[in-house]
Amino acid sequence: MSTIKDPVTKGQPPRPVPTPETQHFWDGTRAGKLLLQRCPDCGGKAYFPPRPFCPGCGSRRVEVFQASGRARLYSYVIHHRPAPGFTPPYAIAVVELEEGVRMMTNILDCPQTPEALELDMPLEVVFTRLDDAIALPHFRPAKGTRA
Amino acid sequence: MIRPGAIAIAGAAETTALGTIPELSEIGLHADAALNALSDAGLRPRDIDGLACVGPMRPQMVAHYLGIIPKWVDGTAVGGCSFMLHVRHAAAAIAAGYCSNVLITHGESGRSRIAAMPRLAEPGTLAGQFEAPFGPLGPPTLFPMPVLRFMKTYGVTHEQLAMVAVVQREWAARNPRAFHRDPITVADVLNSRMIAYPFRVLQCCLVTDGGGALILTTAERARDLPARPVYILGSGESVETPMVSQMADFTSSRAFRVAGQEAFRMAGIAHGDVDHLMIYDAFAHLPLYGLEDLGFVGRGEAAGFIAERNTAPGGKLPLNTNGGGLSYTHTGMYGMFALQESVRQLRGTAPAQVPGAKISVCHGVGGMFAASGTVVLGNEPG
Ligand SMILES: [Zn+2]
Repeated sequence: MSTIKDPVTKGQPPRPVPTPETQHFWDGTRAGKLLLQRCPDCGGKAYFPPRPFCPGCGSRRVEVFQASGRARLYSYVIHHRPAPGFTPPYAIAVVELEEGVRMMTNILDCPQTPEALELDMPLEVVFTRLDDAIALPHFRPAKGTRA
Repeated sequence: MIRPGAIAIAGAAETTALGTIPELSEIGLHADAALNALSDAGLRPRDIDGLACVGPMRPQMVAHYLGIIPKWVDGTAVGGCSFMLHVRHAAAAIAAGYCSNVLITHGESGRSRIAAMPRLAEPGTLAGQFEAPFGPLGPPTLFPMPVLRFMKTYGVTHEQLAMVAVVQREWAARNPRAFHRDPITVADVLNSRMIAYPFRVLQCCLVTDGGGALILTTAERARDLPARPVYILGSGESVETPMVSQMADFTSSRAFRVAGQEAFRMAGIAHGDVDHLMIYDAFAHLPLYGLEDLGFVGRGEAAGFIAERNTAPGGKLPLNTNGGGLSYTHTGMYGMFALQESVRQLRGTAPAQVPGAKISVCHGVGGMFAASGTVVLGNEPG
């Protein structure tokens, strides 16, 4: 009754399709690097998702740099229904990177429960290969803090 | 700026049936609602010279189907609050002299899915690249994404979030057209089927078939028509981001704040002037964000405000008096139904009538905090 009947996509898990403006990010994850962009005109403030200009000031003079990969768990839901490519229950999370930007991800190596998934827990990036072209940035509890 | 009360709603109606309507396609729902609203306003399709409906190619579909020749068209499609934006745009167009009588229609076969709009995610968009690969499956997984951060920031409990659904069911019980009318308790909510933690099925909106339509014209002309005019006193609109993961503040919607402040400023009203409030409740947390971001309560106070029954029947700020998207109806784009309830309250014809209601604020959301529209309505021209 209160469910959406149509899955957003059918069959396969949704695979990102890079665009010219985001290709560097996906090249980075494939090479095991989490690449962000920053604007020297805005004091080096990092931003995400990728675009060839600064969303703070409109400058096109922006740099790509490698993020530390350290993050904290910012918020999440635990989905209890089947979705293509996922086995419920599974958490869909938003993490806040040390550099200040937030991104959606999944949390690996951790029970998918409210007890284990504590807000603000430290996390580190890990890359999951989907195919030859795409590796997804996932996160897991930072070493020494495993729940 | 348009003078508050210069433009009025002269016709308002929902589809004849609501909930499960297997006998009508999406375009049929538009037409049924439009014909009901035209009848309410004492007008014919040939009297309409402005048309607004949501989405790609929809204005031409509806114009052709109903035999309307518009000289002003708005296809603004920013999700379920698009109708609040249509009202705002139509008021401006009428005031500017672009057209005289605007018809705004909604029809959605959300439940039966008969000739419905396709729901597709484009994998090359930013949402397709940076959200979709992590397993969201529509609004139930995306809309609640900020809730745990909101709860931690303000110490909101699961019981308080359950109370939103409990109180709205109390309103729905008074409404014969509500989809769900049986009373529920906090325990019922917290024991209902888990959809996406922290939300269970009773904290998620319905999926129904239905539609609604509004007719706007000048206040002068509205006073010569049969229905009691409902005046547009103010309005606001904004957008933030199509990706819920990128909202600037997980405890507050920027689009809500921008739209709400502009609507109050235009109307020149204070919060204490508001007799009746609608806040689009696709999920149980939205009334909390709405109450705080519109400024009815301070940050972090909304959960207690609702749990203490201030928005319940008999409370000082009647909220979502039709039962809301949680219990009344939710076709997919509920904003039209929130506007319909505001109009009923100001005409004095609502099933759960707020005695003497003079000013109603109707606040909508589109996408997952992606867009917002606020309309201030009154039954006196201001
Ligand atoms: Zn900059």
